[in-house]
Amino acid sequence: MLYIDSISKGIVIDHIRPGNGFKIFKYLGLNKADFRVALIIKAQSKKYGKKDLIKLENVMDLDLTMLGFIDPNITINIIQDEKVVKKIKLSLPEEVEGIIKCKNPRCICSEERQIVHRFVLIDDKKGIYKCDYCEQIYSWEG
Amino acid sequence: MRHLIDPMDISMTELKDLLDLAEEIIKKKEDFNQVCKGKILGTLFYEPSTRTRLSFEAAMLRLGGSVIGFSDAGVSSAMKGESIPDTIRTVSSYVDIIAMRHPKEGAPKLASYYSFVPIINAGDGGHYHPTQTLTDILTIRLRKGQLSNLTIGLCGDLKFGRTVHSLIKSMSSYGNKFILISPQELQIPQYIKMQLFNKNSSFMEVESLEDVIDKLDILYMTRVQRERFFNEEDYIRLKDSYILDKEKLKLARKDLCILHPLPRVNEISYEVDDDPRACYFEQVKYGMYIRMALILRLLGVM
Repeated sequence: MLYIDSISKGIVIDHIRPGNGFKIFKYLGLNKADFRVALIIKAQSKKYGKKDLIKLENVMDLDLTMLGFIDPNITINIIQDEKVVKKIKLSLPEEVEGIIKCKNPRCICSEERQIVHRFVLIDDKKGIYKCDYCEQIYSWEG
Repeated sequence: MRHLIDPMDISMTELKDLLDLAEEIIKKKEDFNQVCKGKILGTLFYEPSTRTRLSFEAAMLRLGGSVIGFSDAGVSSAMKGESIPDTIRTVSSYVDIIAMRHPKEGAPKLASYYSFVPIINAGDGGHYHPTQTLTDILTIRLRKGQLSNLTIGLCGDLKFGRTVHSLIKSMSSYGNKFILISPQELQIPQYIKMQLFNKNSSFMEVESLEDVIDKLDILYMTRVQRERFFNEEDYIRLKDSYILDKEKLKLARKDLCILHPLPRVNEISYEVDDDPRACYFEQVKYGMYIRMALILRLLGVM
């Protein structure tokens, strides 16, 4: 069995859907981190069968909107003195700006240079967003 | 500050209020001819649409207001590469209300985030055209005296026609029966159908106008464009069944009301124009009155 030390102070990003762990690792730029990081892929999970998780031996600011958008099932645990002091359950954000781009060639987004691409959640069960301008549907497939 | 971007921005109560006001304007035109004195409408037409622009301008002038604007992005600063936010912040410093037409979907929505005054969407590509929907509803109410319990036939291109989609969506909350008449290629897409129809309403789909014309209270005609068809044979086979002429009209009821958003090409024969059931020119006039009512409410002057 693979053994990874528990951390005394830091963050555990838990319950990541298998396959998303590396995506989040890259998104957070953890390959350049100067502290200890563990990316664990396909760990056993009581809830989901398999899961990915990331352990950071440091405290850093996380963009919860973005993380929630990549994977709404994530739980974030803040660790101090080897104890979980805070648990944050993520969900799909109501609105995302500048993360996904509208692909409708007839949308004003395709013409205006400085426009911020904005999507609004219309179905949180299926993870369906629509472009705030042209209402083109974007389906989340995390 | 209120804008009108999507026809669904208007609640049923607000819609009733707008229709009532439009009817009042029609009855007492002279009472309204000075109410917007000193107010300016800006018409920003990034693509030409003479019909809609003139309707807005006439509406404002009949309220005693004035109009400035452009009707071709080629001669405006848009050609020099100015962004919509910059143009809107400039123009909305000069005027009290803006009617905006743009070939790209969502442009008026973008404008509404930067404008200092109310924005009316006067058409954004194939997306929304809320004042057309208001026009259609006012015409139906004036002709039929009601907005519910009607059998409404929509004929032609139902796939790409967003005006048709908006009209169905609005009218379906009143409880009506819809008959959708189109070739299979131009039927309303399934995913839109789910959003359009309220549980108070029912609909059926047919391919031929002759088969159902005798059942209709309202017939909303739209243009079937040749380029929408996959092949020439289908176009030739189907094009005539979507042309309304005297012959087909013989089968229809005496109190049918024929609507068309105009401009027409050949989908309604000219011989139909003299028939008392043809309402499309009346509809144009009502379009101006409902725009008058809308301008008044958005400006908050009445």
